[in-house]
Amino acid sequence: MTMRIGVVTFPGSLDDRDAARAVRIAGGEAVALWHGDADLHAVDAVVLPGGFSYGDYLRCGAIARFAPVMGALIDAANGGLPVLGICNGFQVLCESHLLPGALVRNDSLHFVCRDQRLRIESTTTPWTSDYTVGQEIVVPLKNGEGGYVASEAVLDELEGEGRVVARYLELNPNGSRRDIAGISNARGNVVGLMPHPEHAVEALTGPTTDGLGFFTSILKGLVEA
Amino acid sequence: MTRHPDTVADAIAHPEREQPYDQLGLKPNEYDDIRTILGRRPTSAELAMYRVMWSEHCSYKSSKVHLSQFGDKKPETDKLLVGIGENAGVVDIGQGWAVTFKVESHNHPSYVEPYQGAATGIGGIVRDIISMGARPVAVMDPLRFGAADHPDTRRVLPGVVAGIGGYGNCLGLPNIGGEIVFDSCYQGNPLVNALAVGVLRHGDIHLASAKGVGNLVVLYGAKTGGDGIGGASILASETFDDGGPTKRPAVQVGDPFMEKLLIECTLEVLHAGLVEGIQDLGAAGISCATSELASNGEGGMHVRLDAVPLRDATLTPEEILMSESQERMAAVVTPEKIDAFLAICAKWDVTADVIGEVTDTGRLIIEWHGDVIVDVPPRTVAHDGPVYNRPYARPSWQDALQADVPDALARPTTAVELHDTVLRMVGSPNLASKTWVTQQYDRYVLGNTVLAQPEDAGVIRVDETSGLGVALSTDCNGRFAKLDPYNGAKLALAEAYRNVAATGAEPLAVTNCLNFGSPEDPDVMWQFERAVTGLADGCLELGIPVTGGNVSFYNQTGDVAIHPTPVVGVLGVIDDVALRTPIAFGTVGDVVLLLGTTRDEVAGSEWAHVVHGHLGGLPPAVDLEAERQLAQVLVAASRGSLVTAAHDVSDGGLVQVLVEMALRHDVGADITVPDGVDAFVFLLAEATARAVVTCAADRVDELVALAGAHGVPVERIGEVTGTDELRVGPAYGESLAWGLHDLRTVADATLPALFD
Repeated sequence: MTMRIGVVTFPGSLDDRDAARAVRIAGGEAVALWHGDADLHAVDAVVLPGGFSYGDYLRCGAIARFAPVMGALIDAANGGLPVLGICNGFQVLCESHLLPGALVRNDSLHFVCRDQRLRIESTTTPWTSDYTVGQEIVVPLKNGEGGYVASEAVLDELEGEGRVVARYLELNPNGSRRDIAGISNARGNVVGLMPHPEHAVEALTGPTTDGLGFFTSILKGLVEA
Repeated sequence: MTRHPDTVADAIAHPEREQPYDQLGLKPNEYDDIRTILGRRPTSAELAMYRVMWSEHCSYKSSKVHLSQFGDKKPETDKLLVGIGENAGVVDIGQGWAVTFKVESHNHPSYVEPYQGAATGIGGIVRDIISMGARPVAVMDPLRFGAADHPDTRRVLPGVVAGIGGYGNCLGLPNIGGEIVFDSCYQGNPLVNALAVGVLRHGDIHLASAKGVGNLVVLYGAKTGGDGIGGASILASETFDDGGPTKRPAVQVGDPFMEKLLIECTLEVLHAGLVEGIQDLGAAGISCATSELASNGEGGMHVRLDAVPLRDATLTPEEILMSESQERMAAVVTPEKIDAFLAICAKWDVTADVIGEVTDTGRLIIEWHGDVIVDVPPRTVAHDGPVYNRPYARPSWQDALQADVPDALARPTTAVELHDTVLRMVGSPNLASKTWVTQQYDRYVLGNTVLAQPEDAGVIRVDETSGLGVALSTDCNGRFAKLDPYNGAKLALAEAYRNVAATGAEPLAVTNCLNFGSPEDPDVMWQFERAVTGLADGCLELGIPVTGGNVSFYNQTGDVAIHPTPVVGVLGVIDDVALRTPIAFGTVGDVVLLLGTTRDEVAGSEWAHVVHGHLGGLPPAVDLEAERQLAQVLVAASRGSLVTAAHDVSDGGLVQVLVEMALRHDVGADITVPDGVDAFVFLLAEATARAVVTCAADRVDELVALAGAHGVPVERIGEVTGTDELRVGPAYGESLAWGLHDLRTVADATLPALFD
């Protein structure tokens, strides 16, 4: 049976089509979820895509966090539903307190779009099980407010519990603390990632196909579960 | 506070009232024309409408007589589904798909307020695309600034780039290319042009007309505010003078989030079949939308201006008519479908209000709280504005400029001098890496970007199943156009055409953004007439039609105009984007070949500009037949997977091409200067109709035969070595070598050093 991965569209979501395409290329069924609909339509996992939900006005992700769909999603995530937040989705997850810390304006003060080298640090999440620990991948990164910050205690906790999922290599593009590109919650089912694996799933349009692993991981994990 | 407006009844009762038409930019003869049309003095609201709609920016009053050449000389084509005159032209690309594309200027606002000026330039051109029923899929920005090291360029460029990124990124449109050119002629008049491209199915084309008596006129999108009041006429239609009052309030403020909602909402109402006619609100706002919709439809419209939702309740009716608040659209909807239309707007949280209805009275009537304040024939506002055949004459200085040939300029005479000259060129602002700029733009969103900067052209996949795609390039060398506006325009066309063909796409159609100085200056008007004629002739020779365009006049400060800058955008189609040709040197052992003929042409070249600060002589010869043949070779070679890379030769000459091909993926090459060719000319002359290609060694014969069949000269000039050097020789008895690391360091350092 084909696994059904929900992709949420908030007003101002931009990479929702890309996330849905990545799900399809990986072999899953993408299910469009609407911000105003509190029903998750029995999907097996959810992607919160990149973009500028509500224009990123007030603070990135701060308004989207109160969308009806998020109430249902927060409950489901706390119950173990796999959730991947990419870029703006990561910001929404932090605003929702499903993930600790926050994302602040890039230290360069400029929006940056580049092909970014990452190291996968954890393969115990359902979104990264297809990678190997220490594997280096290149995927697009594009953000204006992608600097990951948290208290030293939280950072130590993330490191200590193996919850740093990916780290920037060669160049820290946004001033993230400890070069952190992605983290997970304690249970591991909720992952936030600032770079965009959904833009690296086809050789023709991406710098690599290295991003596909996030989507094949979740589909394989769900089949085995 | 309610103020009694100047009503039509007042205008009849008080014909003697003095009106400050000259302060509003109208000439005495234009004011007299308005009185003749109406048979009375205009009301202040009517005066506001005529004044913005008859401005240079909206009416094309100085350019119309020349622009008609694009129609008169249109080549035979069955590819044009919608031609000049609509919001944007529509081109058939096959398989039931069509593409609409257009470029517009936002020069003047971007000088006054760089961030918002550039941002709203993107917003405006994108609304042109959606009002044709197309989904916007990419943007590009041809930009020109003053000298790179001038303090004011440091103010303007970062703001413009941040504005383009801030708006375009938030809108979710990939930025796939454009140009960044520095020249002191643009110091007080930077050029910020914006191109957008959209795709649609043939059946989805929508036009701006108000059809069906009794149908409702809906204004939807952002509320109307006090920003951008009279922007088109104030900013784009006069020359800036020092010491005048600040013009900042005339610049609009953009909200890309609202524009994103507007895109999705508009496409949804169009695809649901709920719209009879549609028009974006850009320059001249409600004045333009109501008069154009009415004029193109049944001929009449009744509007209740007090139904327009306002951000600022104190706005006068004249201000509401002129406001250029962004992110607004107007649609004509039947009464039966209005509820469904409003429901979709509500789904997207987009404000929508019925502000009037279509009539067959032949009059555009606008009322304000029950008083009629406008009663005009809409055609006289929208289409029958003044037309000027402005005087033009070859400038007195043109002969001297052309006689100032670059023959006496000192050229490198030793290998060391040539080596160092190339390094200096590679790091010069116009040739240096533009990554500092382009990495502030999202090129990945939507997932269909196949090629983007620094490739020759942007390539976008249109159909994910078949691989059908389009390629786009914009180009213009303003120095060439200054030396010879007629051939300069043809050279701009040739370069964009060549860039598109280099990716493997077949060139199909042309758009343009004609940036010039004041039309009231006969020198400038001569440049304009020559450039338009050159472009029209060139398009006819190449067999690709102009689908639309934009004119920006008054790009001058005092008596000093910018170089004539006819930016040309060429659209091409590629049947399978998987076959696109990139610029990068790839496989070690591939053979490097030069297509075309190198001639000793350096007038107006980047070398003359950078090394000698010289501009004189005649630009490179333009040979459009050679361009056409070269393009045929490049397209056929791409379709047959015969070439592994291709890069057109233009600014900076052949050596710049080789440097860019090597640096793209850090792959070196060894190049041989052909016997009997001067190394300087070989590397730095800017002869046109040339491209460098690479080809697998065992397929060189095929490529040579292909070029021969099309009459294109081809010469084997080297090999991809994969080393970390670009080597060229013999040059004055020696071999030149540049380390790729050194070249990258030099190329990458320039813009960050200037603008970080």
